[in-house]
Amino acid sequence: MNVNLLIQLGISGFLLGGVYSLIALGLSLIFGVMRVINFAHGEMMVWGMYVAYTLLLWTGIDPFFSFLVSAAVLFFFGYLLQRTIVNRILDFPEAMQVLPLVGMAMVFENSARIIWGPDYLSPQSRFSLSSVSFGFLTIDTPRLLAFSLAVIITLLVLLFLKKTDMGKSIRAAADNRTGALLVGTDVNKIYAICFGIGAACVGAAGGLLVPIMPLSPYIGAPFTLISFIIVILGGMGSLTGAMVGGLIIGVAESIGPELITNLFHGVGLDLDFPQTMKQVVSFFILIVIMLLRPQGLLGGKKG
Amino acid sequence: MKRLNILLLIGLLILLVLPRFLSSYVMGVFILIFLYAYLGQSWNVLTGYTGMISLGHSLFLGIGAYMTFLLTFTLGVSPWIGMWIGGICAGVVGLVIGYFGFRFGLKGVYFVLLTISFAEIGRLIFLHLKVFGSFQGLFIAPNFSFANFQFRENIPYYYIALGYVVFSLIVVWLMERSKIGRYMIALREDEEAAESLGVDVFKYKMIAIFISAFMTSLAGAFYTNYLYYLHPGTMMSMAFSIEIILRPIIGGMGTVLGPVIGSFLITPLAELSRTYFAKAGYEGLHLVIYGFLLVAVVLFFPRGVISYIKKALAPVLDK
Repeated sequence: MNVNLLIQLGISGFLLGGVYSLIALGLSLIFGVMRVINFAHGEMMVWGMYVAYTLLLWTGIDPFFSFLVSAAVLFFFGYLLQRTIVNRILDFPEAMQVLPLVGMAMVFENSARIIWGPDYLSPQSRFSLSSVSFGFLTIDTPRLLAFSLAVIITLLVLLFLKKTDMGKSIRAAADNRTGALLVGTDVNKIYAICFGIGAACVGAAGGLLVPIMPLSPYIGAPFTLISFIIVILGGMGSLTGAMVGGLIIGVAESIGPELITNLFHGVGLDLDFPQTMKQVVSFFILIVIMLLRPQGLLGGKKG
Repeated sequence: MKRLNILLLIGLLILLVLPRFLSSYVMGVFILIFLYAYLGQSWNVLTGYTGMISLGHSLFLGIGAYMTFLLTFTLGVSPWIGMWIGGICAGVVGLVIGYFGFRFGLKGVYFVLLTISFAEIGRLIFLHLKVFGSFQGLFIAPNFSFANFQFRENIPYYYIALGYVVFSLIVVWLMERSKIGRYMIALREDEEAAESLGVDVFKYKMIAIFISAFMTSLAGAFYTNYLYYLHPGTMMSMAFSIEIILRPIIGGMGTVLGPVIGSFLITPLAELSRTYFAKAGYEGLHLVIYGFLLVAVVLFFPRGVISYIKKALAPVLDK
């Protein structure tokens, strides 16, 4: 077994995991407050990517700055989506809440396809191919930057929820909707802002991913699924759980295929577990977690 | 309700003589209407009658299609026989999913995610199998004969697809009137109440998922031999699962005729808009419209089009 390679993969996955955390944070925030699962999450992220890409193309602004614009645009989308659709389905049976959001996922995905075309794009930004070395390790600069920014944003969002009045109102509405209404909170507005913030998180994450991976309209769905897996792994509605889960899944997807291939070879099977099947690792983790610990690693209540 | 039966019989007779008057293209649209009505009906058995939403039904279709192909390709088994073996395989996979889902009490979104997980794992595995052409997909060279389920003309496919629909209608109609169907509806409406009255909830959910998976996979033989091309990226994707569920939702879940009505409404619309928008350079626009339709139906007509048709026809039918 090649240990250097594993460490290299592990670090690379860990860095990507930081961005996963930010994506999952948005999903978890929306779920924690409204008890609605945003099935359009990954597709909204793709919009964030395309916004940053378009800005890069038109103005040359690097995605590591323009992710702020992606976040703002997605905040607007999220706010609007909550006001028009999500607010009407809050009291639906859980299962029926799935379908309208699946519908919106199709709308986001295919409108992106109509606007930006179906092909994979990998824009060249300033840091695209640079890297830093530590001894035998080489780390891509864009990954390192994306990770650092994602962690900073995640911490800022957590701080916002803890310290500001708006953040306190959001947590109050999450804890007890009726109670929040009784003390005069405009719960509908809080919900819409909260959905907006959740969407902004995933929009920012999309911007940060532009220098790291090629974008196409169809890469959204896997990200939706990955963010579900992370949120269930960490614990539905637990924001720290989303962070931890993101890092775990990032590392697991990265080193999983290599480890399993080694395992196969170790027991004498002539089988490879290709990187393109890395999602199988995450789905396997999801199934095991759902069956054995449905409340997640850090979730308190039984989900 | 005798008049409804007469109406249905007239409808069936019209569909039986219709191919004489149709161009090959329009007949193709009808074939798709039947295929999606059948797939929707199969999904309806699980989700419509027990309320457990599956977004992974493309897995069962894929298993059916690839098993049928594999049996023909390696052992020379006719698809007419192979499809039943594929059906049992898919049914067993359905039971495995059901066992995990129902034994561990996964409900709502958790069950949806379980079905998605299994379907995605299945898709990724099939995508990497060399027998099935890996990422290139599988082209099937047709060898026209009845035993091979392969025909030069659209007419045989039309009648076979119609046969599928009639078969599924009879199965679901019988199921709805049997004890099994009534237990399923009871547990859909209130699981705890049903359980306290002695309904073995686990057992009837397992029966539902087995029938549903089995029926879905039977369409795999048709899909393979009608399109001559298999690729896990299209037919086993979540997008295809959504195609499957869209029609019964719009027509009316948990009803015998809902999926058929839904397919007659949506499939021609989908086909026309697909060709029309693609010509105009807006490929994908029909999926945007689908998306909005799904939102609108759940928000404004959660019980599907069939409840409105029933209301409109009530004066005629109840006499």
